[in-house]
Amino acid sequence: MNGEIYVLIEHLQGQVSDMSYIMLAAGRPLADASGGSLVAMLLGQDVQGLASDLGADRVLYVEHPALAEFSPEAYLKVIADLIQQGNPRAVLLGETSIGADVAGTLSARLDLPLVSLCRDIYAEGNTLKFVSQIYGGKVLAEGDLPEATTLMTMVPGEYKAEAGQSATAPEIVATSPPDLEGLKVTHKQFIEPEAGDVDIAKEPILIAVGRGIQQEMNIEIAEELAEALGGELCASRPVVDQGWMTTGRLVGKSGKTVKPKVYFAIGISGAPEHAEGIGDAELFIAINTDEQAPIFAIAKYGAAADLFDLIPALTEKIKEAKGG
Amino acid sequence: MDIVVVVKLVPDLVEEIEITGDGKTVDTTFMRLIINEPDDHALEQAIILKEREGGEVTVIGPGVEDIDGVLFTAAAKGTDRQIKLTGDFDVEVNNHALARAFANVVREAQPDLILTGVQAHNDMDGALGPLMAEYLEMPYIGYVSGVVMEGETCNVRKEYPGGLIGEMQVNLPAVLGIQSAESPPRYVAVSKVRQAMKTVTLDEQTSSDLDRKGGPAVSRMFQPESGERAEMIEGDIDNIAEKLVEILRTADAI
Amino acid sequence: METKMIDTSTEFIYQFVETVPEGERIRLCLQCGACSGACPFGFVMDFPPHGMIAMLRAGLLDDMLKSDTAWMCVSCYACTEVCPANIPVTAGLTTRVKEEMLLAGNVPTELQDALEKAQRYFNPLGESPRKRAEWASELEPEITIMAKAKRPVDVLWFVGDYASYHPSARSATLALTKILNALDVDFGILGPEEVSDGDSLRLAGESGLFEMMVDKNASAFEKYEFNKIFTSDPHAYNALKNEYPRLDISYPVQHYTQFFTERLEQIQPLLKNSIDADVVFHDPCYLGRANDIYEEPRQLLQSIPGVELVEMSHCRGNSLCCGGGGGGMWLDGFRWEKAEARISEWRVREAVSALGNQETTSKGGRARILAIACPYETPRFEDAIKSMPGAEGLIVKDIVELLAESMGV
Repeated sequence: MNGEIYVLIEHLQGQVSDMSYIMLAAGRPLADASGGSLVAMLLGQDVQGLASDLGADRVLYVEHPALAEFSPEAYLKVIADLIQQGNPRAVLLGETSIGADVAGTLSARLDLPLVSLCRDIYAEGNTLKFVSQIYGGKVLAEGDLPEATTLMTMVPGEYKAEAGQSATAPEIVATSPPDLEGLKVTHKQFIEPEAGDVDIAKEPILIAVGRGIQQEMNIEIAEELAEALGGELCASRPVVDQGWMTTGRLVGKSGKTVKPKVYFAIGISGAPEHAEGIGDAELFIAINTDEQAPIFAIAKYGAAADLFDLIPALTEKIKEAKGG
Repeated sequence: MDIVVVVKLVPDLVEEIEITGDGKTVDTTFMRLIINEPDDHALEQAIILKEREGGEVTVIGPGVEDIDGVLFTAAAKGTDRQIKLTGDFDVEVNNHALARAFANVVREAQPDLILTGVQAHNDMDGALGPLMAEYLEMPYIGYVSGVVMEGETCNVRKEYPGGLIGEMQVNLPAVLGIQSAESPPRYVAVSKVRQAMKTVTLDEQTSSDLDRKGGPAVSRMFQPESGERAEMIEGDIDNIAEKLVEILRTADAI
Repeated sequence: METKMIDTSTEFIYQFVETVPEGERIRLCLQCGACSGACPFGFVMDFPPHGMIAMLRAGLLDDMLKSDTAWMCVSCYACTEVCPANIPVTAGLTTRVKEEMLLAGNVPTELQDALEKAQRYFNPLGESPRKRAEWASELEPEITIMAKAKRPVDVLWFVGDYASYHPSARSATLALTKILNALDVDFGILGPEEVSDGDSLRLAGESGLFEMMVDKNASAFEKYEFNKIFTSDPHAYNALKNEYPRLDISYPVQHYTQFFTERLEQIQPLLKNSIDADVVFHDPCYLGRANDIYEEPRQLLQSIPGVELVEMSHCRGNSLCCGGGGGGMWLDGFRWEKAEARISEWRVREAVSALGNQETTSKGGRARILAIACPYETPRFEDAIKSMPGAEGLIVKDIVELLAESMGV
């Protein structure tokens, strides 16, 4: 093994994901500690342009028609090849629909250890350590990176995407892919999300509704608060899965990332899949009857109160404050 | 068409998770184990496919506490065969070990399609699905929320961030990591489950020694510091509402 | 694997006759429609009670099961009360229809959620069984929990789901504890060993789930020595008195209204504070129609100095349900969608009519109280009061809260 740290760059429809930059930000101190360079893996068809602001020392660029859109199988073959040739210290992948599809298969195929749900990787003297978040964020697990090329899937943790970006383009090394004929998995087409009337990512005031709302008709309570504040409704996964709100209003891992002025979370536990979607909100308020809910670790203000009592009372007072 | 569903049981987060005295692992004394929610969706999707296409559904689970109830419930919902894999399982057995053990059983069943939940909240060494797929030498697609069979292939809807869906095609046999079933898992009356307990026999198979290689070694488990918590507003409903109005006003939201 | 389901109407009736007490009376149905007329939601059901019987006789059970309006039934016994043929409509017909619907997978999501929680946590609220006695953890004197105390008690208090876990029921539960202490009653609770009585689960069509609860409670009862069971929850009372004995679990059981009325001589001198209020009493379906307990609650209320008892237009046998029964606590969304009416609001409106609105009473300086004796009612009526004009200032109190207040404990 050399000391290099590889990062899989994720991109969809011409855009590099925030997670990719976050992984570059996480990888930099690691590469420094292990005395190697930070290397980005960029796979695709005609996407060299995406390499321009990657905060890496070097980009391994692999081009092939079979890589035009993400395919777990194609990516698996290419990355396996790159790892076997390059022998890096660690490979960072996103705990995402892209990274998580290949991390496990790589681990099994190459017989390399895999650590997932990492939120923090750091050096302690000569040892590289990881911290993973499990049980919905309620427990953190810490350990040393195994002494072998280690595959790691990452969640954002405290890292900031900006720290993984660069003003100058890194060196791009065109690398030939292995045989990508006869693939069993092929991308057919994209289906765009339902066009809603509202793009929640652009709204300054968001009222987020979670499982705690219990029934569809109770969403009315949140609607009235949203109206009083001049904001829009959004939701966590359970609400959208029930069909009570469209997928366009989903905040979180499979939905949108939002950075509103005010984020008011009602009846949301704050599991990582949802928390990931909340970028920096200037004012983050959470209401949940469970004092131990993880949401209170990321919100700025909280109340362990019953939303069915509090929200209507609050809506009234807001109307008074505005009207009176 | 034959489908295999592989399920895992995970700690129920309704109970508080506690760490053992030595700080290395979770305390399983009062821990309740429940079916991993995405696995429940995988089960539902399998039954929906069976209802639509015909065929058989086999469900496989690890021989941990509470597994019998899960398997009988699956039978009551409509699975045809229920396999309990007995072995030295504990709560912390990693997915590499489970994947190797399950792969042996699945290989024998020779299914057309294997469904499992895309992730579980105790996946410290990656999710079960991709590992199993590789040990079975089958293709894998994860984050699937829709499955349509088309003869020797299957069309899936793969979820990307922002609500974007990728429609992908995969040759069978394949492993799919299910995010959510086409419709939420169905209800099954307790009387049906009890009847299953009387009429259905679970197929017990022993696994060979579990091979945990591939997972990380955890030196310490701990709960996140409550230091960085939100400022909690106390008082009765009126007090809290008033203080919130103040906070909103200060932030110029009102 | 297919469960053997009833797939013919005749089989349904046959089973009804065989398994429901007095079930053979279903053959005497005159199709008079009194049941459907008395039913609070009869107007939105595709097949109100007498319609269900008509469908069964016509051999059309399968068609009937395609409709979901049977879930509108609040199991309030209004139909059973008025049936001239004394057919056990609630206990037998509507409950069995719901059971068939569950087996067919025709169940509203909210209810599914509550039933799944009950399967997993032994209470439909989804609360941890270990925390069932947490409400009592700060009490002075310490409450007797049977597993810890390991001694016989005179009375085993079966607390119930809502009284144990729900914040709205908390003050009534605590008030009851104080009264028991003031009367020197030797009582204990099962605490974490108690699970849901299961009655509402049974009425929501889950007989299997009900039996699961009975099994667990029975195992706990068997471990301890006590003379009788006492409960504050009419649904638990109904289960323990009428349904558990069918499964051979039989203990003497009383609702607190009976228990305290028996001790009225002891209680009366302790009621030193006057409560100057006009009070209406809402007859809970499971004390009243289901178990004929109408006078005891009224006796207790009338024993409190200052209380003026007024009756609502529907009272005693034709009382209006609060809407919580038959799984109703977990079907509000569904029922609102179908009926656009909340029967808890009708009831509050009646209370307001009987008591007068805020203006009239505030001149007299008297409080207006809607007195209840079932923990389902508090949250339902408090919500209804918020949306009913003229109901401002109407207070909901459990009888025990009023007794405790008057006793000054």
